[in-house]
Amino acid sequence: MGSKRVYSICAMCTGRCPIVVDVNGNEVEHIWGNPHLLGGYHLCPRGAAGKALLNDTERPQTPLIRDGERGSGKWKSVSWDEALDYVAEKLKKIIDTYGAKSVVLSDRGGAITEFEKTFIAAIGSPNYFNHHAACSNSIHNAHLSVAGLARNGVTYDYKNCKYLVSFGRNLLESLVTGEAKNVIDMIDNGGKLIQIDVRWNYTAAKADRFFLINPGTDYALALALIHVIIKDSLYDSDFVKRWTVGFEELSNFVKPYTPEFAEKETGIPAAEIVKLAHDVGNAKPSVIFHLGWMTAWYSNDFYLRRAICSLNALLGVYEAKGGLIINKGPAAVGKPLKSLLAQVPKPKDPRFDGCGTKYPHLSGQWGLAQELAHVLLTDDPYPVRAYIVFRHDPLASLPDPDFFRSAFKKLDLLVSIDVNYSETGWFSDVILPEDTYLERTDHVIARNGPKPGYILRQAAVQRRFDTRPRWWIFKELANRLGVGQYFPYNSIEELIAWQLEGTGYKLEDFNEKGYIELVDKPIMWDRTDGLKFKTPSGKIEFISKKLEDAGVPSFIPYEKPIELKPGRFRLVTSKCALHTQGRTTSNNRLLNEYVSENHLYIHEDKAVELGIKEGDLLEVENEGEKQYIKAKLTKYIHPDVVFMLHGFGDDVPLRTRSFGKGASDIRLQKGLAKVAIGGNCPYTECTVSVKKAN
Amino acid sequence: MGKYYIFQDQKRCIGCYACELHCKTKNNAPEGAKLCRIVPTGPQVVKGVPRMHFVFMPCFHCEKPWCVYACPTGAMTKRAKDGIVYVNQDLCVGCKNCITACPWGVPQWNSETGKVMKCDFCMDRIDQGLEPACVTGCTTGALKFVSPSEASQIKREKFAKDISPLKK
Ligand code: SF4
Ligand code: SF4
Ligand code: SF4
Repeated sequence: MGSKRVYSICAMCTGRCPIVVDVNGNEVEHIWGNPHLLGGYHLCPRGAAGKALLNDTERPQTPLIRDGERGSGKWKSVSWDEALDYVAEKLKKIIDTYGAKSVVLSDRGGAITEFEKTFIAAIGSPNYFNHHAACSNSIHNAHLSVAGLARNGVTYDYKNCKYLVSFGRNLLESLVTGEAKNVIDMIDNGGKLIQIDVRWNYTAAKADRFFLINPGTDYALALALIHVIIKDSLYDSDFVKRWTVGFEELSNFVKPYTPEFAEKETGIPAAEIVKLAHDVGNAKPSVIFHLGWMTAWYSNDFYLRRAICSLNALLGVYEAKGGLIINKGPAAVGKPLKSLLAQVPKPKDPRFDGCGTKYPHLSGQWGLAQELAHVLLTDDPYPVRAYIVFRHDPLASLPDPDFFRSAFKKLDLLVSIDVNYSETGWFSDVILPEDTYLERTDHVIARNGPKPGYILRQAAVQRRFDTRPRWWIFKELANRLGVGQYFPYNSIEELIAWQLEGTGYKLEDFNEKGYIELVDKPIMWDRTDGLKFKTPSGKIEFISKKLEDAGVPSFIPYEKPIELKPGRFRLVTSKCALHTQGRTTSNNRLLNEYVSENHLYIHEDKAVELGIKEGDLLEVENEGEKQYIKAKLTKYIHPDVVFMLHGFGDDVPLRTRSFGKGASDIRLQKGLAKVAIGGNCPYTECTVSVKKAN
Repeated sequence: MGKYYIFQDQKRCIGCYACELHCKTKNNAPEGAKLCRIVPTGPQVVKGVPRMHFVFMPCFHCEKPWCVYACPTGAMTKRAKDGIVYVNQDLCVGCKNCITACPWGVPQWNSETGKVMKCDFCMDRIDQGLEPACVTGCTTGALKFVSPSEASQIKREKFAKDISPLKK
């Protein structure tokens, strides 16, 4: 054990697990899970490997200003004053010419977003957006429309769950520590996991039943389940009566979607669909239809997700033991944190991405990252000239990065604030290197859930290089732009004291366990009278007037997926336990040792047809883009599908461990920077041809 | 006498390699050296679903350790009080005889020191009353640090539960 222990929050992925860091002198000895919150020192492999990030010299070590063409990799190392003055001067000029709205800012989303949101609003721009067009937009917008709750507005009560149905959520590989552990606890307690996917994976390996579904037909399955649940009266009639609107319409809508119909579409036997509907009906309300995480699959994803939300509602799982518990924040117990953002007047201009205007049904909370390239190229609705990208890597996550690169040429200023050299950072004008999560303290965040509280990321060691924390970077930029009054603190300790004013707590109160709990017992709202769904009706809305007023139907009929041309495959991607989204882990010394490249998984029958053997180098092609990757043969993938891990094919030469290794999925996803109805990009509509490379 | 055993609950193991990573960071093992290993086997269809079996392989701390007998300098040592087999770094000359001798290839080559390193059940942690890093950090709590007789008891109980007609 080290000489001191520091409680904090992991940042190796966006799971943000609570951690405790053993520190010896100024070295991190070990990173563990916070035992007070995780029931032990459990921590996923990426979290454990965080130690290798700290002393890694393959991350930006000083502020850098471009000294050559964009993307040329020629950098001039400068002081913080020089870099910040440079950025501020450029921003001033752009704001004077085009208005504040021509400055946009994105991050990865999540809970620790107060500084950047405050900054962009303080300069008068409405244009904050995040990564979720490449991830959860469709489920976020669907859950908002059905239940008035954010995607992450509920806590999954896995431990008490009897039936967990997952449409492709790879819970045990694209994993978050606590969630994976809780799902395993559920299975250990006799709960059933039903996994539905186009390929088998380690989550499927643990499932009670695994259904290999025809790609693009999940919506047919969800509708047939609703059909059986209504027809056989398996739903929670009290809950439906009390808490939903539009049940009649839903019942009529699903009439044609019989199990037999769904069998033809999905390839899953009708009898199995009926059995599943009865199983969940019998287990209700201790049932969870997982809402999904990365749900940017198809153009109609929004409706699949609305159907999944509807299944949860029909079974009355909200606020039920073993179901979905509605999150309560510190405000629910009268102890809200003070917010920097709340002090800033809301900018009046319409958003650049059309949320609230062109797309009246989509939430501007998360925005539409994919619209940026189109807006840049057309100046419609107005010119955007500066882009600040903060711990986010659109060029490593949005479809077709070269399309974005060409659009980014229209920018007068592209600034990357990041711990790593990101693909976007590599193409930017200025890199402002942030302290790693082990070197910085962030603002306090609310822990929303059945037991609301606060939690804090705290520096465990001193910084290694000439980097800075986010609270300082945004304050300094704001000062230079004349809006420093919105960052009324001189140190993070001062800010934290201000945030906690009126709560009765102080910074030291985090020392004991790393978090503060505001209640002893979980707050459970009364299921007959106390539920709060933030929809216009205050209920679950199978029929949404708000959607329909925006010209978006509440239901759409099932449509067959776009037909696959001969010789083509549907490209599907996911993560593994050792790597996470994009480029935050691929160059990590410890993790790269385990998985340094990705492989193309292809059905063995298809491989035989194409003369492909295990380990062969393959050429994967779409619309002229070619990627090279080694073959892995498997029986357990849909024959129409090929699969690769996301996040490989690194273009940044300074990241020597991951540079050039494996294939890039996003480069193959040509033409998919589209806004589907749920606000997501339709990633799985990408098809490719595969052959042995010469 | 060997006092310790790491029991791995197959039902809980998800093949995530966190145990290996916690081991590597705890022991500062350089690239290539893995003191414990997860070896995935499968998939194989059992009751309609392709299943995996992830075999956890630390050092077995044998009662009659091949590696100790093979070591010419006495660096490979069996600790009398609890049977832990460890390398005395001062005595190791890097001859690699132990790597050859161990039937499971457990001793690892440390390319940075030119000596052998191996799983010692995180002896320093045990001496502080803690458990090995792999057991402590495992994502799902699949590993348990027990005595060999406890391990057989856990196994029997699990089996009995699995075959019991009174399962929930
Ligand atoms: S899942 Fe792993 S990488 Fe992600 S926050 Fe948790 S410990 Fe860190
Ligand atoms: S290294 Fe091999 S021979 Fe030596 S104690 Fe361990 S398992 Fe036995
Ligand atoms: S950390 Fe635990 S769950 Fe993960 S592979 Fe190791 S033993 Fe299995």
